[in-house]
Amino acid sequence: MTLIMGLITGMLFGALLQQARVLRFEKQVGAMRLLDMTIVKFMLSTIIVGAIGVHLLADLGVVSFSPRGLSIGLQVVGGLLFGIGWAFIGYCPGTSIGALAEGRYHVIWPILGMLLGGMIFAFIYPLVQAYLRPLGNFGALSLPDLLGVSHWLVIAAVALGAFFLFRFFEKKGL
Amino acid sequence: MAKQKWYQPYLLGGLAGLLLTASVGITGSFFGTSTTFPRLSTWIADKVGIDLSHLAFYQAGNGSLTGAAFPDWQLLFVIGIGLGAFIMSRLNGSFKLESLPPMWAARFGDRLGLRIVHSLFGGALVMIGARIAGGCPSGHGVSGVSQLGLSSMLALAMFFLGGIITARILYQGGK
Repeated sequence: MTLIMGLITGMLFGALLQQARVLRFEKQVGAMRLLDMTIVKFMLSTIIVGAIGVHLLADLGVVSFSPRGLSIGLQVVGGLLFGIGWAFIGYCPGTSIGALAEGRYHVIWPILGMLLGGMIFAFIYPLVQAYLRPLGNFGALSLPDLLGVSHWLVIAAVALGAFFLFRFFEKKGL
Repeated sequence: MAKQKWYQPYLLGGLAGLLLTASVGITGSFFGTSTTFPRLSTWIADKVGIDLSHLAFYQAGNGSLTGAAFPDWQLLFVIGIGLGAFIMSRLNGSFKLESLPPMWAARFGDRLGLRIVHSLFGGALVMIGARIAGGCPSGHGVSGVSQLGLSSMLALAMFFLGGIITARILYQGGK
């Protein structure tokens, strides 16, 4: 059941990503070159609707979740390495599969690179755990927890910020 | 192919947010894709007879980081992304076979060898980085930031910081 739901959810997500054109190298590198903000528009819209949805479910007691642990070492080092590689290949892990499916078969090389990276990570895993994870490790921490305010206030602030960002993008034709 | 309407990224992104909500509500599954890559790497190593089971990585989380976790929700989710993108690209006529990304070729020329070097180097960095950070733009970016997690907000900011700086260097003077 869970597997079938995974397949259906993936298919719908893949269809939305494809229709929004965000699977393309040009859209991803375009965002990093600050020329085309399509992926930022898509992603922020998903985040805002998703944040309202999952917090509503949590408030209703349907689900419970906690954010992934905050380790400044892991997220800064890992995040920057990801970003550097992202600019080289023009795809992220999820969009690479979708791009292959829409015919951009050159993405097979980045996919091979990511499989290689997955193997390298298996070897360096103990080093990452021993040296990077302890740097600035705060455990599961959300922004509302840190600020000591309602999550709805934070979601409203994020949505307002996104609204002004979107208006800026549309004015500049990005 | 019709010109894309300005509101499409917002509308389709919002629908993806509803899809995330439904997924969390029905199966408790948040979106994520990057763990599937090391799982597939270790699965392939296992299939070709390379024994790596002595690595601490294989014991972590009772093997949930390796191919032993297959088939799981995330593997099917990743396969689904491919199926959904294939069907949609056929429906809207944007399916196109391409041997090099046009923007890349405009900057670096029609050089497959160089593209392969960029891809293997960059792809390895992407996956090492995603697994160190604990997620990619779907796991951290969409799922984690929707949970308002600080780790995910920091990771997402770093993805873009690293990407913007690197793209600026790579495409300097390019068109």
